[in-house]
Amino acid sequence: MISRRDFLQTSMAAAALYGGSGFGNWAQLAAQQALTQDKLLEFDSFGNVSLIHVTDIHAQLKPLYFREPEVNIGVGNNKGAVPHVTGADFRRAYGIEDGSPSAYALTYNDFASLAKGYGRVGGLDRVATVINSIRADRPDALLLDGGDTWHGSYTCYHTQGQDMVNVMNALNPDAMTFHWEFTLGSDRVNEIVEGLPFAALGQNIFDAEWDEPAELFPPYKFFERGGVKIAVIGQAFPYMPIANPGWMFPEYAFGIRDENMQEMVDRVRAEGAELVVCLSHNGFDVDKRMAGIVTGIDVILSGHTHDALPEPVLVGDTIIVASGSNGKFVSRVDLDVRDGRMMGFRHKLIPIFSDVITPDAEVAKLIDEQRAPYLDDLTKVIGKTADDQTLYRRGNFNGTWDDLICDALISEREADIALSPGVRWGPSILPGQDITREDIWNVTSMTYGEAYRTEMTGEFLHIVLEDVADNLFNPDPYYQQGGDMVRVGGLGYRIDVTKPQGDRITEMTLLKTGEMIDPSKTYQVAGWASVNQGTEGPQIWDVVEAHIANQGTVSLDPNNSVKVVGV
Amino acid sequence: MEFTRRNALALGAGALVLAGLPVKGYAAGEAEIEAFTGGAAMADTGVTLTAPEIAENGNTVPIEVDAPGAVEIMVLALGNPTPPVATFKFGKLAASHQASTRIRLAGTQDVVAIAKMADGTFAKASSTVKVTIGGCGG
Repeated sequence: MISRRDFLQTSMAAAALYGGSGFGNWAQLAAQQALTQDKLLEFDSFGNVSLIHVTDIHAQLKPLYFREPEVNIGVGNNKGAVPHVTGADFRRAYGIEDGSPSAYALTYNDFASLAKGYGRVGGLDRVATVINSIRADRPDALLLDGGDTWHGSYTCYHTQGQDMVNVMNALNPDAMTFHWEFTLGSDRVNEIVEGLPFAALGQNIFDAEWDEPAELFPPYKFFERGGVKIAVIGQAFPYMPIANPGWMFPEYAFGIRDENMQEMVDRVRAEGAELVVCLSHNGFDVDKRMAGIVTGIDVILSGHTHDALPEPVLVGDTIIVASGSNGKFVSRVDLDVRDGRMMGFRHKLIPIFSDVITPDAEVAKLIDEQRAPYLDDLTKVIGKTADDQTLYRRGNFNGTWDDLICDALISEREADIALSPGVRWGPSILPGQDITREDIWNVTSMTYGEAYRTEMTGEFLHIVLEDVADNLFNPDPYYQQGGDMVRVGGLGYRIDVTKPQGDRITEMTLLKTGEMIDPSKTYQVAGWASVNQGTEGPQIWDVVEAHIANQGTVSLDPNNSVKVVGV
Repeated sequence: MEFTRRNALALGAGALVLAGLPVKGYAAGEAEIEAFTGGAAMADTGVTLTAPEIAENGNTVPIEVDAPGAVEIMVLALGNPTPPVATFKFGKLAASHQASTRIRLAGTQDVVAIAKMADGTFAKASSTVKVTIGGCGG
């Protein structure tokens, strides 16, 4: 008898052979230079259940540019494993041709020139078209939103997430889980969730006082689709009160809680679930580890770390699907579920090429309605990029957007050293492109954006860098928080990613003098996004806007201040 | 395993919590462990310690211990100035052998639970709890 695992692998191989995974088609497209909506959406329906996954949209309603990371280091068992593969290695791993649409969508090389050729990506009106097309094919497909939806833009900030709620409701999702949503504050989150027309799930969202499941966020929901009883279990971001300000949602506790996840899986199986889907905001490496510990999950739809993978990763009998961020991709996963178990799958990561996919007129109108009251502010041009300057964020140690933000903090706040959080959201700006107020908000918007200025000793600075580095490079994924390294301005350092916490960071240097950082000396440090209550200072978007306005045309020196070893 | 408010209250009545005293001159917690086990070997299975991987607040970290058939479970925070946290004792009529409490952790460290079984054997579980100053969200 063929085992369940064999079934999965057989199906995967077959899919690759016939191009059903979607990837073979992409390479052909590159050769033909024939990028059409029909080709992008082409999919031979498979089995009896379809899942549609979107995640980490970060309130990006409109098409944008998004450069994928150049540096994404895996440690421990994940060294060299996807998603910790970038650039040419990534293209080699998936058979992607240089310069092809998939090279543009999934890797960073030649980003500016490919972006000019292939155009913008994303836009929820285009995402709507893709979802509608899948539903035309499979009317009862489940649409699942992995969270980080109600955060990240000018309009989202000013409407406290209402713009995103309105537009997402029009897409008619079946369930959602959460992360940055909670930074709206628990009162606002509760208010929205109480009125949501779909399930708000999180098996790991607990009442902080009693350490019991929070009533507003059920752990799972059952759906009957294609004659199959499906359980969708939610997994919110585990480290919200640590990575984000816990004082904004003091009633809630989180954590990975894989023992509770196992209980939920066992419970839904006992209640007759034939397919168990985990809608997760764990981050990819945490999901991989969890898939190896918790048994009985068929599909993990993975979010948080913003990875886009053209094929699912298989851990035991569980497939893990990663669908990118900022509205750039939609994943379709078709499953064959028979006799109470998953027999096979077919998957496609659909890149949302904005110039190729026709916007859904209704959703486009709805988006414009959300933006209309703010249009003058959104479109105000503050400056532009130089002809050889791309602004992007992704990368383990720095991105040019953060270099610019750190420069702004040092010059506008008269500091020696600047710190900028290693978040992974925020679209890119091409060379020679206008920088609007909306663009600045897209990389800075949050409910705790105050730009502080404070004194730190050299010793404390070292503790900060070591602490954040361990959140990224602890060999056990369960101790990782899924962000990137804190970005620094005015400071250089050496990092050995293989060392334990306390020994990774050495050779800390004050760049303006070239002197080594003295542990006992005090430095003026400016930063933003402090998780501490009562942080004072101007909002970061105002600081950055003033700096860009002063510069007129933005041109940055190459950042060579971080020396990375142990890779 | 369901652990509800009601269980927590019921447990409060059934379990006796003993605070430990600091002992100098040993590695962290070693003296207390020796006094508890008499130096006996400890099995790797038989006691489950549930603790967060990263504490949301180091001043109040929820933990839970569960050891079917145990008569006592000792909990130690090896990195604290005073490692012993609590010893839970279960009477013959105890319906379950689990307890939960909140502990204060001075920093990233290992939390250890040691169960003494009815037959006089011991079991041990350990979990690293990280106490961090907070970071950046993806």
